[in-house]
Amino acid sequence: MPELIAKTALSDKKPATFAGTTLAEADPGPVASIALFPGQEKALAKALKPMVFPAPNSFTENGGVRLVWTGRDQAFLIGAEPPALDGIAAVTDQSGGWATLTVTGPVAAEALMRLVPLDLRPTFAVGQAARAPLGHMQSVIFRTAADGFTVMVFRSMARTAWHEIEVALRSLAARAALI
Amino acid sequence: MRILGKGQIDRNRPISFRFDGKTYQGYQGDTVASALLANDVRLMGRSFKYHRPRGVLTAGSEEPNALLEVIGATNQTPNVRATMQEVFEGLNTQSQNRFPSLAFDALGVNDVFSRFLSAGFYYKTFMWPRAFWEKLYEPMIRRAAGLGRLSGKHDEGHYEKAYAFCDLLVIGSGPAGLAAALTAARAGADVILAEEDRELGGRLLADEPELDGAPARDWVATVEAELRGLPNVRVMTRTTVTGAYDNGTFGALERVGLHTPARADLPRECFWRIVAKRAVLAAGALERPIAFPMNDRPGIMMAGAVRSYLNRWGVTAGKRVTVFANNDGARQTARQLMAAGVEVAAILDSREDASAIEDCPVYLGARVTDTSGRLGLRAISGSHVGGDFQIETDCLAMSGGWNPTVHLTCHLNGRPRWNADIAAFVPSEGAVPGLSVAGAANGDFTTHGCLAAGQAAAIAALAEIGVTAAAVPLPRAEGVPYAIQPLWLVEGKGRAWLDFANDVTTKDVKLSAQEGFTSVEHMKRYTTQGMAPDQGKSSNVAALAVLADATGRGIPETGTTTYRPPFTPVSIASMGAGGRAEGFAPQRFTTSDQASRDRHAPMIEAGLWYRPSYFPKPGEKTWRESCDREVNMVRSAVGVSDVSTLGKIDIQGKDAARFLDLVYTNTFSTLPVSRVRYGLMLREDGLVLDDGTTARLGENHYLMTTTTAAAGLVMRHLDFIHQTHCADWDLRLISVTESWAQFAVAGPKARALLNAVLDAPLGDFPFMACGETQVGGVKGRLFRISFSGEEGYEVAVPSRYGESLFRDLVAKAEAMGGGPYGMEALNVLRIEKGFITHAEIHGRTTAFDIGMEKMVSAKKDCIGKAMAARPGMVGEEREQLVGLKLSQETKAFGGAHLFTQGEAVGREASQGYVTSVCWSPMFGAMLAMGFLKNGRARHGEKIRIVDHLRDLDLIAEVCDPVFHDPKGEKLRA
Repeated sequence: MPELIAKTALSDKKPATFAGTTLAEADPGPVASIALFPGQEKALAKALKPMVFPAPNSFTENGGVRLVWTGRDQAFLIGAEPPALDGIAAVTDQSGGWATLTVTGPVAAEALMRLVPLDLRPTFAVGQAARAPLGHMQSVIFRTAADGFTVMVFRSMARTAWHEIEVALRSLAARAALI
Repeated sequence: MRILGKGQIDRNRPISFRFDGKTYQGYQGDTVASALLANDVRLMGRSFKYHRPRGVLTAGSEEPNALLEVIGATNQTPNVRATMQEVFEGLNTQSQNRFPSLAFDALGVNDVFSRFLSAGFYYKTFMWPRAFWEKLYEPMIRRAAGLGRLSGKHDEGHYEKAYAFCDLLVIGSGPAGLAAALTAARAGADVILAEEDRELGGRLLADEPELDGAPARDWVATVEAELRGLPNVRVMTRTTVTGAYDNGTFGALERVGLHTPARADLPRECFWRIVAKRAVLAAGALERPIAFPMNDRPGIMMAGAVRSYLNRWGVTAGKRVTVFANNDGARQTARQLMAAGVEVAAILDSREDASAIEDCPVYLGARVTDTSGRLGLRAISGSHVGGDFQIETDCLAMSGGWNPTVHLTCHLNGRPRWNADIAAFVPSEGAVPGLSVAGAANGDFTTHGCLAAGQAAAIAALAEIGVTAAAVPLPRAEGVPYAIQPLWLVEGKGRAWLDFANDVTTKDVKLSAQEGFTSVEHMKRYTTQGMAPDQGKSSNVAALAVLADATGRGIPETGTTTYRPPFTPVSIASMGAGGRAEGFAPQRFTTSDQASRDRHAPMIEAGLWYRPSYFPKPGEKTWRESCDREVNMVRSAVGVSDVSTLGKIDIQGKDAARFLDLVYTNTFSTLPVSRVRYGLMLREDGLVLDDGTTARLGENHYLMTTTTAAAGLVMRHLDFIHQTHCADWDLRLISVTESWAQFAVAGPKARALLNAVLDAPLGDFPFMACGETQVGGVKGRLFRISFSGEEGYEVAVPSRYGESLFRDLVAKAEAMGGGPYGMEALNVLRIEKGFITHAEIHGRTTAFDIGMEKMVSAKKDCIGKAMAARPGMVGEEREQLVGLKLSQETKAFGGAHLFTQGEAVGREASQGYVTSVCWSPMFGAMLAMGFLKNGRARHGEKIRIVDHLRDLDLIAEVCDPVFHDPKGEKLRA
């Protein structure tokens, strides 16, 4: 019987730091899409406790587990196996399907604003989330700290996402060195 | 020549750079133009058409003459304005549009024949024979004319794109811009201050007025220090706002690294998209030349530019300067030059009633009537109320007045308005929603007026977005009114240039009017006025004034041409930053990517995905050898292939079955749980969208498979159908393409291989079954489907285990005489079996065409069904899917056309075309699929295949597209 080895999308990448800002891959554990069926709001709220289903463009958090808004009536439960939600919501495993990157440091927002057409300055506060293009890729972006973002992209595109964010960070470091 | 004690260059930091192979010295802070002038180099370029010797005209981005090539390690950039390129150690530049040298240009002969080369010359001369235009005339003219050259190589420089957001975007940092930015900054608004120059200050730097009794530069420095210290202000120097777009979006180009030697990771330029709630345009004004005879010699410059060179760079453009102007402002040029110890030969004021009191001779009612000096100005001839005169002079500072920089206000179709008081166009109010105009850009030419207008504009703009801004104390400044009397041209014997960059003279504009091109837009296209890299910044208004005069209309009635983005040239490299070569699109890699590369598989792009083409074994010299082996391996043993790239969509809900019945032509509500069915999907117009298998995982849970090519398309289609046709259904869709790594295991030994891998041996698992399985303790899914025609399974595990499972499957397969197979073998296997791909369902074929009209259920409706029944969508006249068989081996002939034997070969006679071709090692024949008119009735016919691209003319037999195992016994084995 074979032993299967689990690998994240960027298991060969070590964290990279430029301009004091670090790009790294994270392993968030299980990721499941929870898509509410029509009229099941109350049942879902009850079943999810103590988690709270997030409002659009935000995420909720409880004990390191996050529920991130990803679309109309849809959120990703990250960091825990989903509860039984038969008939309440469609639950779909997304664990390996997404590569999770973290960008942390003083120029994190500036670097991402080279790729994402959103205003990610502090008005995009901790607890906010968005579905937005990252270059030509679709992504889920949320702010986890004043200087930290988590970016999720399709697993197959992880290398491109890494490359593009790294180039943005390198450019910012080179700009800083100019002065 | 440098003037001691003048200018803001850093004399402690000398810099050497090259121009046309010669090394010159400048200082930190110099532009190429200022440094060359300091070295007494006046000749900097050749004109576009007549190859006339030209010097620098201006000191800003509007420069029409001094265009250079900048040569770097990674790029050669043409048409760089010498006025904008800052010098740095090692900068290498060269002049353009000259051969063999700038001082002696062979094509200068054009100038001698200039009277034959007037506007419209090409249109009239190169009309016959017509075919010669494209092949001979145009290339010849293009070589003779034109400006910079491209290197012909890729631009491998690093460029950047970025987004920015703010409450208030202030465009320009002269007195109006600084006052606006400071007011908004102190009110706490998010401010972006964009300045094209490397320094803030605008004309305050060039004109050096006094503010609060001190040099203006001091006030600029104080304001800049405050702005840079505030967290809510972003000061962007070297940044030109190039376009105004919808909803407060502006394009801007930042010269990030063009002023330093190239460094790793430093972008050359950054193209910004700035979204501003409000914007204040404080871009100032551009001085305009006067069209007097022979006004284009090196040494003839704008009076304001002469002032800029003196005050900003400590350079005098001549040793004996003459000033020619129609307004008061230019007097400052003479006064400041004299104060710096430069000789001013005379002031020629075109106004008869102007003051004659200066420290140099003043000629009133004066005109320049001719000039001399081939490679640089030597003397001018003039006339005034008292008669004619001649002056020896090496620099003529001219000023025909100032044009407000209205460009951005016209980018959304606004038209500027004529203001006779200043003889110039000013912006129309509200031309760009959310953008107000302040200062010289609005026709206010006093420093005092600019400061006050900038502040007022900021307060008003912020009030509209709910930010209260208070007036800040502004410095005292002069408020002398601007006095001007229009003077557009001086009649005389020689040519008088309007557009220096494109060599358009007053005569050309008059000729245009004479030949009936009286509309300003026609005149522009007839003469090419305003169509050079400078877009006529110096010449537009004067040209239309001349046109107005020639047509007997006023200037307001004549109107302006349309100003479009960009305001200054924007490199394509910056707009496409990061998009060169592999950066063009995201690269998608499967989980087995490294394992395939480890086996030396050449990877081919399939959409965005990289997939193995074939897996070469030692000794195999061509792809065909590997491919043939892999095909035989699948047919006789077992093959493993990564099929994770196929789209997978998870569909759940009480209405999932109903939804599938709506989107597929066939029925899925009747599919038992744990079974798979092949489905066909139509577009709304009735043509085939995609095909694939869908598994029923549970009562209300399906898993749809799409083709690789249409994965995104189908997901979008389903979302669209859901949202527009049945938004209230109990239904949820999500892509799981990326979540599962899925591998095809095919061949007579497929079951044996699976049994070696799965945790429990496979029991009864018939064709088209599906279910859960377990591999190494990991939960997976198993499907019995086949795209090869052999007994086939697809085993799926969560993506993170994909690489591990692939390596294991391949290793075990090899032990059984099998192994991995690539895209080439996969293609051969499916052609042998007659399975279609998007080569066949390419968007123009119907279910009828591919022989699947029976799959369109008669018992229910589906998307596209009604449209598929339109006349002409079914019938004998349609090209229908057929197989083609050819016993000899030939080149592949995909795309070739089919012709009835004995009939003519031509477009009209085409009977159809070939979509897929392969050499089948199993049949020892070329097998193909294609579409043939009434093809299903023509099985057995010999048809002629003509491939004009590959020069093939073949005869093939028309047959059923399924060559291998037509009864499907192997699938069900």
